[in-house]
Amino acid sequence: MRLWLPLGILLTWALLAIGSHVLPLTPNTIDLTHILIGPDQNSWLGFDELGRSIADRLITGASTSFFVALSVVALGILIGGILGIASGYFSGWVDQIFVRIVDIMLAFPGLLLAIALAGALGPGIENVILALVIVGWVGYARLARGQVLALKHADHVVAAQAMGASPWRIMGKHLLPLITAPLIIEASFGIASAIIAEAGLSFLGLGVQPPEASWGSMIRDGTRYMLVAPHLVLIPGLTLMAVVLAANLLGDWLRDWLDVKEQKLMR
Amino acid sequence: MSHFILKRILSALVGLLGVISLVFLLIHLIPGDPIDVMLGESALTADREALRQNLGLHLPLYEQWWNYMTALVQADFGQSLFSGRPIVDLLLERIPATVHLSFIALVIALTMALPLGLVAATRQHSIYDYGSMGFALFGMSIPNFWMGPLLILVGALWLGWFPVSGREGWNAVILPALTLGTAMAAILARMIRSSLLEILGEDFLRTARAKGLSSMRAILTHALPNALLPVLTLLGLQLGGLLGGAVITETVFAWPGLGLLMIEAIQQRDYPVVQAAVLCISMTYIVVNLITDLLYAWLDPRINWQNPS
Repeated sequence: MRLWLPLGILLTWALLAIGSHVLPLTPNTIDLTHILIGPDQNSWLGFDELGRSIADRLITGASTSFFVALSVVALGILIGGILGIASGYFSGWVDQIFVRIVDIMLAFPGLLLAIALAGALGPGIENVILALVIVGWVGYARLARGQVLALKHADHVVAAQAMGASPWRIMGKHLLPLITAPLIIEASFGIASAIIAEAGLSFLGLGVQPPEASWGSMIRDGTRYMLVAPHLVLIPGLTLMAVVLAANLLGDWLRDWLDVKEQKLMR
Repeated sequence: MSHFILKRILSALVGLLGVISLVFLLIHLIPGDPIDVMLGESALTADREALRQNLGLHLPLYEQWWNYMTALVQADFGQSLFSGRPIVDLLLERIPATVHLSFIALVIALTMALPLGLVAATRQHSIYDYGSMGFALFGMSIPNFWMGPLLILVGALWLGWFPVSGREGWNAVILPALTLGTAMAAILARMIRSSLLEILGEDFLRTARAKGLSSMRAILTHALPNALLPVLTLLGLQLGGLLGGAVITETVFAWPGLGLLMIEAIQQRDYPVVQAAVLCISMTYIVVNLITDLLYAWLDPRINWQNPS
Protein backbone atom coordinates (compact mmCIF):
# COMPACT_ATOMS: atom_id res chain seq x y z
CA MET A 1 0.00 0.00 0.00
CA ARG A 2 2.77 2.40 0.96
CA LEU A 3 4.40 1.67 -2.36
CA TRP A 4 1.53 0.91 -4.70
CA LEU A 5 -0.62 3.98 -4.13
CA PRO A 6 2.15 6.54 -4.81
CA LEU A 7 3.50 4.42 -7.66
CA GLY A 8 0.04 4.20 -9.18
CA ILE A 9 -0.45 7.96 -9.00
CA LEU A 10 2.94 8.65 -10.52
CA LEU A 11 2.39 6.10 -13.30
CA THR A 12 -1.00 7.62 -14.13
CA TRP A 13 0.68 11.02 -14.24
CA ALA A 14 3.37 9.74 -16.60
CA LEU A 15 0.86 7.91 -18.82
CA LEU A 16 -1.40 10.96 -19.09
CA ALA A 17 1.62 13.15 -19.85
CA ILE A 18 2.73 10.87 -22.66
CA GLY A 19 -0.85 10.22 -23.74
CA SER A 20 -1.59 13.95 -24.03
CA HIS A 21 0.32 13.91 -27.31
CA VAL A 22 -1.82 11.16 -28.83
CA LEU A 23 -5.24 11.65 -27.25
CA PRO A 24 -7.74 13.82 -29.17
CA LEU A 25 -7.64 16.67 -26.63
CA THR A 26 -8.92 20.19 -27.17
CA PRO A 27 -7.39 22.11 -24.24
CA ASN A 28 -7.45 25.47 -26.02
CA THR A 29 -10.87 25.30 -27.68
CA ILE A 30 -13.01 28.16 -26.40
CA ASP A 31 -16.73 27.47 -26.07
CA LEU A 32 -18.68 30.41 -24.72
CA THR A 33 -21.80 28.31 -24.11
CA HIS A 34 -19.99 26.30 -21.42
CA ILE A 35 -18.42 29.06 -19.32
CA LEU A 36 -17.76 28.09 -15.67
CA ILE A 37 -19.98 25.00 -15.81
CA GLY A 38 -19.16 22.65 -12.96
CA PRO A 39 -18.62 18.90 -13.18
CA ASP A 40 -21.76 17.08 -14.32
CA GLN A 41 -22.70 13.92 -16.23
CA ASN A 42 -21.71 15.39 -19.60
CA SER A 43 -18.22 16.46 -18.66
CA TRP A 44 -16.64 14.89 -15.63
CA LEU A 45 -14.52 17.90 -14.60
CA GLY A 46 -16.44 20.84 -16.01
CA PHE A 47 -15.29 23.91 -17.94
CA ASP A 48 -13.24 27.01 -17.14
CA GLU A 49 -13.85 30.75 -17.53
CA LEU A 50 -13.50 30.51 -21.32
CA GLY A 51 -15.51 27.33 -21.62
CA ARG A 52 -12.42 25.19 -22.16
CA SER A 53 -12.53 21.58 -20.96
CA ILE A 54 -10.82 21.32 -17.57
CA ALA A 55 -10.14 17.60 -18.05
CA ASP A 56 -8.26 18.28 -21.29
CA ARG A 57 -6.32 21.16 -19.73
CA LEU A 58 -5.48 19.01 -16.71
CA ILE A 59 -3.98 16.33 -18.94
CA THR A 60 -2.02 18.91 -20.96
CA GLY A 61 -0.85 20.38 -17.65
CA ALA A 62 0.31 16.91 -16.60
CA SER A 63 2.47 16.82 -19.70
CA THR A 64 3.97 20.23 -18.85
CA SER A 65 4.81 19.28 -15.28
CA PHE A 66 6.10 15.85 -16.32
CA PHE A 67 8.39 17.27 -18.98
CA VAL A 68 9.74 19.97 -16.67
CA ALA A 69 10.19 17.71 -13.62
CA LEU A 70 11.90 14.98 -15.61
CA SER A 71 14.25 17.38 -17.43
CA VAL A 72 15.14 19.30 -14.28
CA VAL A 73 15.92 16.19 -12.25
CA ALA A 74 17.79 14.42 -15.09
CA LEU A 75 19.93 17.44 -15.95
CA GLY A 76 20.48 18.24 -12.26
CA ILE A 77 21.72 14.72 -11.51
CA LEU A 78 23.89 14.65 -14.62
CA ILE A 79 25.60 17.99 -13.95
CA GLY A 80 25.61 17.76 -10.17
CA GLY A 81 26.64 14.11 -10.17
CA ILE A 82 29.60 14.55 -12.50
CA LEU A 83 30.88 17.71 -10.79
CA GLY A 84 30.29 16.32 -7.30
CA ILE A 85 32.03 13.01 -7.96
CA ALA A 86 34.99 14.65 -9.71
CA SER A 87 35.37 17.28 -7.03
CA GLY A 88 35.22 14.77 -4.20
CA TYR A 89 37.63 12.39 -5.92
CA PHE A 90 40.31 14.84 -7.04
CA SER A 91 40.14 17.15 -3.99
CA GLY A 92 42.80 19.89 -3.93
CA TRP A 93 42.13 23.33 -5.36
CA VAL A 94 39.43 22.10 -7.76
CA ASP A 95 37.49 20.88 -4.77
CA GLN A 96 38.09 24.14 -2.87
CA ILE A 97 36.63 26.22 -5.68
CA PHE A 98 33.75 23.79 -6.08
CA VAL A 99 32.87 23.95 -2.38
CA ARG A 100 32.88 27.75 -2.54
CA ILE A 101 30.52 27.79 -5.53
CA VAL A 102 28.17 25.34 -3.83
CA ASP A 103 28.22 27.43 -0.64
CA ILE A 104 27.32 30.55 -2.57
CA MET A 105 24.47 28.84 -4.40
CA LEU A 106 23.15 27.52 -1.10
CA ALA A 107 23.34 30.99 0.42
CA PHE A 108 20.31 31.90 -1.72
CA PRO A 109 16.83 30.87 -0.75
CA GLY A 110 16.35 28.38 -3.64
CA LEU A 111 12.90 29.37 -4.81
CA LEU A 112 13.83 33.06 -4.70
CA LEU A 113 16.79 32.50 -7.02
CA ALA A 114 14.64 30.44 -9.38
CA ILE A 115 12.03 33.22 -9.54
CA ALA A 116 14.70 35.86 -10.17
CA LEU A 117 16.37 33.74 -12.87
CA ALA A 118 13.07 32.97 -14.57
CA GLY A 119 12.25 36.68 -14.41
CA ALA A 120 15.53 37.62 -16.08
CA LEU A 121 15.50 34.86 -18.69
CA GLY A 122 11.93 35.60 -19.66
CA PRO A 123 8.88 33.33 -19.75
CA GLY A 124 8.74 29.95 -21.48
CA ILE A 125 9.11 26.32 -20.54
CA GLU A 126 12.79 26.08 -21.58
CA ASN A 127 13.69 29.00 -19.34
CA VAL A 128 11.79 27.46 -16.44
CA ILE A 129 13.86 24.29 -16.88
CA LEU A 130 17.09 26.30 -17.16
CA ALA A 131 16.31 28.32 -14.01
CA LEU A 132 15.40 25.22 -12.00
CA VAL A 133 18.49 23.32 -13.15
CA ILE A 134 20.77 26.24 -12.20
CA VAL A 135 19.25 26.16 -8.72
CA GLY A 136 18.79 22.39 -8.44
CA TRP A 137 22.11 20.80 -9.49
CA VAL A 138 23.79 21.97 -6.28
CA GLY A 139 21.92 19.55 -4.05
CA TYR A 140 22.94 16.51 -6.11
CA ALA A 141 26.51 17.79 -6.37
CA ARG A 142 26.88 18.18 -2.63
CA LEU A 143 25.37 14.76 -2.01
CA ALA A 144 27.62 13.07 -4.60
CA ARG A 145 30.73 14.80 -3.25
CA GLY A 146 29.95 13.81 0.33
CA GLN A 147 29.39 10.19 -0.66
CA VAL A 148 32.60 10.05 -2.70
CA LEU A 149 34.62 11.58 0.13
CA ALA A 150 33.39 8.81 2.41
CA LEU A 151 34.08 6.08 -0.15
CA LYS A 152 37.27 7.05 -1.89
CA HIS A 153 39.56 5.37 0.63
CA ALA A 154 37.56 2.13 0.54
CA ASP A 155 39.62 -0.98 -0.15
CA HIS A 156 38.20 -1.67 -3.58
CA VAL A 157 39.01 1.87 -4.74
CA VAL A 158 42.56 1.67 -3.41
CA ALA A 159 42.93 -1.73 -5.10
CA ALA A 160 41.72 -0.31 -8.40
CA GLN A 161 44.18 2.56 -8.07
CA ALA A 162 46.99 0.11 -7.35
CA MET A 163 46.11 -1.82 -10.49
CA GLY A 164 46.53 1.35 -12.48
CA ALA A 165 42.90 2.11 -13.29
CA SER A 166 42.39 5.61 -14.65
CA PRO A 167 40.53 8.13 -12.45
CA TRP A 168 37.62 8.12 -14.90
CA ARG A 169 37.33 4.37 -14.72
CA ILE A 170 37.41 4.43 -10.92
CA MET A 171 34.80 7.14 -10.73
CA GLY A 172 32.52 5.50 -13.28
CA LYS A 173 32.93 1.83 -12.39
CA HIS A 174 33.81 1.82 -8.70
CA LEU A 175 32.27 4.91 -7.17
CA LEU A 176 29.20 5.74 -9.26
CA PRO A 177 27.40 2.42 -8.65
CA LEU A 178 27.78 2.89 -4.89
CA ILE A 179 26.25 6.35 -4.81
CA THR A 180 23.30 5.77 -7.14
CA ALA A 181 20.98 4.74 -4.30
CA PRO A 182 21.18 8.03 -2.36
CA LEU A 183 20.97 9.94 -5.64
CA ILE A 184 17.80 8.10 -6.62
CA ILE A 185 16.20 8.90 -3.24
CA GLU A 186 17.17 12.55 -3.67
CA ALA A 187 15.79 12.51 -7.21
CA SER A 188 12.39 11.36 -6.04
CA PHE A 189 12.15 14.32 -3.63
CA GLY A 190 13.59 16.45 -6.43
CA ILE A 191 10.66 15.50 -8.66
CA ALA A 192 8.23 16.67 -5.97
CA SER A 193 9.93 20.03 -5.59
CA ALA A 194 10.35 20.50 -9.35
CA ILE A 195 6.60 19.98 -9.86
CA ILE A 196 5.81 22.56 -7.17
CA ALA A 197 8.42 24.97 -8.55
CA GLU A 198 7.12 24.73 -12.13
CA ALA A 199 3.53 25.26 -11.00
CA GLY A 200 4.67 28.11 -8.74
CA LEU A 201 6.51 29.90 -11.54
CA SER A 202 3.53 29.42 -13.86
CA PHE A 203 1.29 30.72 -11.08
CA LEU A 204 3.42 33.88 -10.96
CA GLY A 205 3.14 34.18 -14.74
CA LEU A 206 6.83 33.33 -15.26
CA GLY A 207 6.35 29.83 -16.61
CA VAL A 208 4.30 28.41 -19.41
CA GLN A 209 2.55 31.16 -21.36
CA PRO A 210 -1.17 31.22 -22.21
CA PRO A 211 -2.98 29.55 -23.80
CA GLU A 212 -0.72 26.59 -22.94
CA ALA A 213 -1.92 24.80 -19.81
CA SER A 214 0.00 24.34 -16.57
CA TRP A 215 -1.52 23.36 -13.24
CA GLY A 216 -0.04 26.52 -11.73
CA SER A 217 -1.55 28.87 -14.29
CA MET A 218 -4.89 27.02 -14.05
CA ILE A 219 -4.93 27.78 -10.32
CA ARG A 220 -4.00 31.41 -10.93
CA ASP A 221 -6.71 31.93 -13.57
CA GLY A 222 -9.24 30.15 -11.38
CA THR A 223 -8.73 32.32 -8.29
CA ARG A 224 -10.69 35.15 -9.93
CA TYR A 225 -13.80 32.97 -10.15
CA MET A 226 -13.38 31.21 -6.84
CA LEU A 227 -16.73 32.21 -5.35
CA VAL A 228 -18.83 31.16 -8.35
CA ALA A 229 -16.74 28.25 -9.62
CA PRO A 230 -14.42 26.84 -6.94
CA HIS A 231 -13.78 23.75 -9.07
CA LEU A 232 -11.45 25.84 -11.24
CA VAL A 233 -9.02 26.07 -8.31
CA LEU A 234 -9.85 22.83 -6.51
CA ILE A 235 -9.31 20.40 -9.39
CA PRO A 236 -5.80 21.40 -10.52
CA GLY A 237 -4.75 21.95 -6.88
CA LEU A 238 -5.88 18.50 -5.74
CA THR A 239 -4.19 16.90 -8.74
CA LEU A 240 -0.97 18.77 -8.07
CA MET A 241 -1.02 17.83 -4.42
CA ALA A 242 -1.72 14.16 -5.15
CA VAL A 243 1.27 13.90 -7.48
CA VAL A 244 3.59 15.81 -5.13
CA LEU A 245 2.45 13.72 -2.17
CA ALA A 246 3.04 10.56 -4.21
CA ALA A 247 6.59 11.63 -5.10
CA ASN A 248 7.33 12.49 -1.46
CA LEU A 249 5.90 9.17 -0.26
CA LEU A 250 7.93 7.29 -2.85
CA GLY A 251 11.05 9.09 -1.61
CA ASP A 252 10.26 8.13 2.00
CA TRP A 253 9.62 4.55 0.96
CA LEU A 254 12.82 4.34 -1.10
CA ARG A 255 14.84 5.70 1.80
CA ASP A 256 13.48 3.06 4.18
CA TRP A 257 13.80 0.27 1.65
CA LEU A 258 17.36 1.04 0.60
CA ASP A 259 18.41 1.40 4.24
CA VAL A 260 17.01 -2.02 5.10
CA LYS A 261 18.83 -3.56 2.18
CA GLU A 262 22.08 -2.04 3.33
CA GLN A 263 21.61 -3.43 6.82
CA LYS A 264 20.98 -6.91 5.44
CA LEU A 265 24.13 -6.75 3.39
CA MET A 266 26.19 -5.79 6.40
CA ARG A 267 25.10 -8.74 8.48
CA MET B 1 35.61 31.05 20.91
CA SER B 2 36.57 34.28 19.18
CA HIS B 3 38.48 32.22 16.61
CA PHE B 4 35.33 30.30 15.70
CA ILE B 5 33.19 33.43 15.54
CA LEU B 6 35.75 35.14 13.33
CA LYS B 7 35.95 32.15 11.02
CA ARG B 8 32.20 31.86 10.73
CA ILE B 9 31.76 35.59 10.06
CA LEU B 10 34.50 35.47 7.44
CA SER B 11 32.84 32.61 5.60
CA ALA B 12 29.52 34.46 5.73
CA LEU B 13 31.24 37.46 4.16
CA VAL B 14 32.66 35.32 1.36
CA GLY B 15 29.17 33.93 0.77
CA LEU B 16 27.79 37.44 0.73
CA LEU B 17 30.37 38.54 -1.83
CA GLY B 18 29.41 35.62 -4.06
CA VAL B 19 25.72 36.31 -3.69
CA ILE B 20 26.17 39.98 -4.58
CA SER B 21 28.25 39.05 -7.62
CA LEU B 22 25.62 36.57 -8.81
CA VAL B 23 22.86 39.12 -8.36
CA PHE B 24 24.99 41.62 -10.25
CA LEU B 25 25.27 39.15 -13.13
CA LEU B 26 21.50 38.68 -13.19
CA ILE B 27 21.01 41.67 -15.47
CA HIS B 28 23.46 40.14 -17.96
CA LEU B 29 21.41 36.94 -18.12
CA ILE B 30 18.63 38.80 -19.90
CA PRO B 31 18.67 37.45 -23.44
CA GLY B 32 19.62 40.06 -26.04
CA ASP B 33 20.19 43.68 -25.09
CA PRO B 34 18.87 44.36 -21.57
CA ILE B 35 18.09 47.94 -22.63
CA ASP B 36 15.68 46.62 -25.29
CA VAL B 37 13.92 44.48 -22.71
CA MET B 38 13.62 47.30 -20.17
CA LEU B 39 12.56 50.10 -22.50
CA GLY B 40 10.94 48.20 -25.34
CA GLU B 41 12.30 48.16 -28.87
CA SER B 42 10.43 51.28 -29.92
CA ALA B 43 12.27 53.52 -27.45
CA LEU B 44 14.20 56.53 -28.75
CA THR B 45 17.91 56.07 -29.33
CA ALA B 46 18.68 58.99 -27.02
CA ASP B 47 16.66 57.43 -24.17
CA ARG B 48 18.36 54.09 -24.71
CA GLU B 49 21.81 55.63 -24.59
CA ALA B 50 20.86 57.64 -21.50
CA LEU B 51 19.75 54.49 -19.67
CA ARG B 52 22.84 52.61 -20.83
CA GLN B 53 25.04 55.39 -19.43
CA ASN B 54 22.96 55.59 -16.29
CA LEU B 55 23.24 51.85 -15.55
CA GLY B 56 26.87 51.85 -16.68
CA LEU B 57 26.20 49.01 -19.13
CA HIS B 58 28.66 50.48 -21.65
CA LEU B 59 31.59 49.87 -19.28
CA PRO B 60 33.66 46.67 -19.20
CA LEU B 61 32.18 44.00 -16.95
CA TYR B 62 34.78 44.22 -14.16
CA GLU B 63 34.33 47.98 -13.98
CA GLN B 64 30.54 47.55 -13.76
CA TRP B 65 31.06 45.02 -10.98
CA TRP B 66 33.36 47.36 -9.08
CA ASN B 67 30.90 50.27 -9.42
CA TYR B 68 28.08 48.01 -8.24
CA MET B 69 30.05 46.97 -5.15
CA THR B 70 31.16 50.47 -4.20
CA ALA B 71 27.61 51.79 -4.60
CA LEU B 72 26.27 48.96 -2.42
CA VAL B 73 28.72 49.76 0.35
CA GLN B 74 27.16 53.22 0.43
CA ALA B 75 23.67 51.63 0.50
CA ASP B 76 23.04 53.01 -2.97
CA PHE B 77 20.88 50.63 -5.02
CA GLY B 78 20.22 53.11 -7.81
CA GLN B 79 16.82 54.26 -8.98
CA SER B 80 13.72 52.42 -10.04
CA LEU B 81 13.24 52.55 -13.82
CA PHE B 82 9.50 52.50 -13.36
CA SER B 83 8.85 55.13 -10.68
CA GLY B 84 12.17 56.93 -10.74
CA ARG B 85 12.40 56.75 -6.95
CA PRO B 86 15.53 55.67 -5.08
CA ILE B 87 15.37 51.90 -4.60
CA VAL B 88 16.49 52.20 -0.98
CA ASP B 89 13.24 54.03 -0.21
CA LEU B 90 11.21 51.30 -1.93
CA LEU B 91 12.99 48.62 0.11
CA LEU B 92 12.54 50.47 3.39
CA GLU B 93 8.83 50.85 2.66
CA ARG B 94 8.39 47.13 2.05
CA ILE B 95 10.66 45.56 4.68
CA PRO B 96 8.31 46.04 7.68
CA ALA B 97 5.49 44.13 5.96
CA THR B 98 7.72 41.14 5.16
CA VAL B 99 9.20 41.09 8.66
CA HIS B 100 5.70 41.26 10.14
CA LEU B 101 4.45 38.38 7.96
CA SER B 102 7.54 36.18 8.53
CA PHE B 103 7.44 36.71 12.28
CA ILE B 104 3.77 35.75 12.64
CA ALA B 105 4.32 32.79 10.29
CA LEU B 106 7.24 31.67 12.45
CA VAL B 107 5.13 31.92 15.63
CA ILE B 108 2.34 29.92 13.98
CA ALA B 109 4.82 27.31 12.72
CA LEU B 110 6.34 26.83 16.17
CA THR B 111 3.01 26.67 18.01
CA MET B 112 1.86 23.98 15.57
CA ALA B 113 5.13 22.04 15.30
CA LEU B 114 6.10 21.77 18.98
CA PRO B 115 2.99 19.94 20.23
CA LEU B 116 2.80 17.83 17.07
CA GLY B 117 6.42 16.74 17.30
CA LEU B 118 6.21 16.21 21.04
CA VAL B 119 3.09 14.06 20.89
CA ALA B 120 4.37 12.09 17.90
CA ALA B 121 7.67 11.28 19.62
CA THR B 122 6.32 10.42 23.07
CA ARG B 123 3.53 8.25 21.65
CA GLN B 124 5.53 6.68 18.86
CA HIS B 125 3.55 4.32 16.55
CA SER B 126 0.27 5.46 18.10
CA ILE B 127 -2.65 7.01 16.28
CA TYR B 128 -1.36 10.43 17.45
CA ASP B 129 2.00 9.77 15.87
CA TYR B 130 0.50 8.74 12.54
CA GLY B 131 -1.97 11.60 12.71
CA SER B 132 0.62 14.31 13.25
CA MET B 133 3.07 12.84 10.75
CA GLY B 134 0.29 12.49 8.20
CA PHE B 135 -0.56 16.12 8.77
CA ALA B 136 3.12 17.00 8.34
CA LEU B 137 3.30 15.14 5.03
CA PHE B 138 0.23 16.99 3.79
CA GLY B 139 1.62 20.31 4.97
CA MET B 140 4.81 19.64 3.01
CA SER B 141 2.94 18.73 -0.15
CA ILE B 142 0.40 21.58 -0.24
CA PRO B 143 1.88 24.35 -2.37
CA ASN B 144 1.26 27.78 -0.82
CA PHE B 145 -0.17 29.16 -4.07
CA TRP B 146 -2.98 26.64 -3.62
CA MET B 147 -3.39 26.80 0.14
CA GLY B 148 -3.58 30.62 -0.02
CA PRO B 149 -6.59 30.72 -2.38
CA LEU B 150 -8.29 27.95 -0.36
CA LEU B 151 -7.90 29.93 2.86
CA ILE B 152 -9.24 33.03 1.10
CA LEU B 153 -12.24 31.02 -0.10
CA VAL B 154 -13.06 29.68 3.36
CA GLY B 155 -11.83 32.39 5.73
CA ALA B 156 -12.58 35.50 3.70
CA LEU B 157 -15.30 34.71 1.16
CA TRP B 158 -17.46 32.14 2.97
CA LEU B 159 -16.95 33.05 6.63
CA GLY B 160 -16.01 36.69 6.10
CA TRP B 161 -13.70 36.67 9.14
CA PHE B 162 -10.63 38.01 7.37
CA PRO B 163 -9.94 40.47 4.56
CA VAL B 164 -9.31 38.88 1.15
CA SER B 165 -6.02 40.69 0.62
CA GLY B 166 -3.88 43.66 1.59
CA ARG B 167 -2.57 44.69 5.00
CA GLU B 168 -5.50 46.69 6.40
CA GLY B 169 -6.59 45.73 9.91
CA TRP B 170 -4.93 43.59 12.56
CA ASN B 171 -6.34 40.31 11.26
CA ALA B 172 -5.16 40.70 7.66
CA VAL B 173 -1.92 38.91 8.54
CA ILE B 174 -3.61 35.71 9.76
CA LEU B 175 -4.38 34.03 6.42
CA PRO B 176 -1.02 34.73 4.72
CA ALA B 177 0.86 33.78 7.89
CA LEU B 178 -1.13 30.55 8.16
CA THR B 179 -0.30 29.76 4.52
CA LEU B 180 3.38 30.38 5.07
CA GLY B 181 3.54 28.83 8.55
CA THR B 182 1.90 25.49 7.76
CA ALA B 183 4.59 24.29 5.36
CA MET B 184 7.26 25.26 7.85
CA ALA B 185 5.37 23.62 10.74
CA ALA B 186 5.25 20.38 8.77
CA ILE B 187 9.02 20.22 8.30
CA LEU B 188 9.73 21.35 11.87
CA ALA B 189 7.34 18.80 13.37
CA ARG B 190 9.10 15.96 11.53
CA MET B 191 12.46 17.26 12.70
CA ILE B 192 11.38 17.73 16.33
CA ARG B 193 9.97 14.21 16.36
CA SER B 194 13.10 12.50 15.05
CA SER B 195 15.34 14.63 17.23
CA LEU B 196 13.29 13.83 20.35
CA LEU B 197 13.15 10.11 19.53
CA GLU B 198 16.93 10.04 19.47
CA ILE B 199 17.19 11.78 22.85
CA LEU B 200 14.46 9.70 24.50
CA GLY B 201 16.67 6.61 24.28
CA GLU B 202 19.56 8.27 26.14
CA ASP B 203 20.77 7.11 29.56
CA PHE B 204 20.41 10.49 31.26
CA LEU B 205 16.72 10.43 30.63
CA ARG B 206 16.34 7.04 32.29
CA THR B 207 18.32 8.43 35.21
CA ALA B 208 15.99 11.39 35.46
CA ARG B 209 13.01 9.05 35.49
CA ALA B 210 14.70 6.80 38.07
CA LYS B 211 15.23 9.81 40.31
CA GLY B 212 11.46 10.10 40.43
CA LEU B 213 10.76 12.81 37.90
CA SER B 214 7.38 12.53 36.23
CA SER B 215 7.73 11.54 32.60
CA MET B 216 6.19 14.84 31.51
CA ARG B 217 8.74 16.79 33.52
CA ALA B 218 11.62 14.63 32.33
CA ILE B 219 10.62 15.25 28.74
CA LEU B 220 10.05 18.97 29.11
CA THR B 221 13.12 19.84 31.19
CA HIS B 222 15.64 17.20 30.16
CA ALA B 223 14.78 15.95 26.69
CA LEU B 224 13.26 18.93 24.94
CA PRO B 225 16.14 21.41 25.40
CA ASN B 226 18.55 18.84 23.96
CA ALA B 227 16.22 17.96 21.13
CA LEU B 228 15.65 21.55 20.15
CA LEU B 229 19.33 22.28 19.51
CA PRO B 230 19.51 20.59 16.08
CA VAL B 231 16.10 22.06 15.33
CA LEU B 232 17.58 25.52 15.79
CA THR B 233 19.95 25.05 12.86
CA LEU B 234 17.12 23.76 10.73
CA LEU B 235 15.05 26.75 11.71
CA GLY B 236 17.70 29.03 10.23
CA LEU B 237 17.82 27.02 7.02
CA GLN B 238 14.04 26.83 6.86
CA LEU B 239 13.85 30.58 7.02
CA GLY B 240 15.25 30.53 3.49
CA GLY B 241 12.26 28.49 2.40
CA LEU B 242 10.03 30.87 4.33
CA LEU B 243 11.50 33.90 2.60
CA GLY B 244 11.29 32.26 -0.83
CA GLY B 245 7.74 31.11 -0.16
CA ALA B 246 6.89 34.61 1.03
CA VAL B 247 7.31 35.84 -2.54
CA ILE B 248 4.45 33.62 -3.69
CA THR B 249 2.33 34.10 -0.56
CA GLU B 250 2.67 37.89 -0.74
CA THR B 251 1.56 37.74 -4.38
CA VAL B 252 -1.49 35.62 -3.52
CA PHE B 253 -2.61 37.99 -0.75
CA ALA B 254 -1.35 41.26 -2.30
CA TRP B 255 0.69 41.66 0.90
CA PRO B 256 2.87 44.76 0.34
CA GLY B 257 6.24 43.21 1.22
CA LEU B 258 9.58 42.63 -0.50
CA GLY B 259 8.31 39.57 -2.35
CA LEU B 260 5.45 41.44 -3.97
CA LEU B 261 7.86 44.28 -4.80
CA MET B 262 10.05 41.77 -6.61
CA ILE B 263 7.19 40.24 -8.62
CA GLU B 264 5.85 43.68 -9.54
CA ALA B 265 9.34 44.70 -10.63
CA ILE B 266 9.71 41.56 -12.77
CA GLN B 267 6.39 42.34 -14.46
CA GLN B 268 7.49 45.94 -15.08
CA ARG B 269 10.95 44.78 -16.27
CA ASP B 270 12.39 47.04 -13.57
CA TYR B 271 15.52 44.93 -13.16
CA PRO B 272 17.48 47.17 -10.75
CA VAL B 273 14.59 46.75 -8.29
CA VAL B 274 14.52 42.97 -8.88
CA GLN B 275 18.24 42.83 -8.11
CA ALA B 276 17.85 44.92 -4.97
CA ALA B 277 14.94 42.82 -3.67
CA VAL B 278 16.75 39.52 -4.30
CA LEU B 279 19.84 40.91 -2.61
CA CYS B 280 17.89 42.19 0.37
CA ILE B 281 16.15 38.85 0.97
CA SER B 282 19.31 36.77 0.42
CA MET B 283 21.33 38.98 2.75
CA THR B 284 18.75 38.49 5.48
CA TYR B 285 19.00 34.75 4.93
CA ILE B 286 22.79 34.77 5.26
CA VAL B 287 22.71 36.92 8.40
CA VAL B 288 20.01 34.78 10.04
CA ASN B 289 22.01 31.62 9.35
CA LEU B 290 25.11 33.23 10.78
CA ILE B 291 23.20 34.15 13.93
CA THR B 292 21.67 30.66 14.35
CA ASP B 293 25.09 29.08 13.93
CA LEU B 294 26.64 31.35 16.55
CA LEU B 295 23.63 30.87 18.83
CA TYR B 296 23.92 27.11 18.46
CA ALA B 297 27.57 27.17 19.42
CA TRP B 298 26.84 29.44 22.35
CA LEU B 299 23.92 27.32 23.62
CA ASP B 300 25.62 23.95 23.35
CA PRO B 301 28.28 23.56 26.04
CA ARG B 302 29.58 20.40 24.33
CA ILE B 303 31.04 22.28 21.39
CA ASN B 304 34.78 22.46 21.54
CA TRP B 305 35.76 26.05 20.88
CA GLN B 306 39.24 25.26 19.65
CA ASN B 307 38.00 22.95 16.98
CA PRO B 308 34.28 23.11 16.44
CA SER B 309 33.22 20.85 13.63
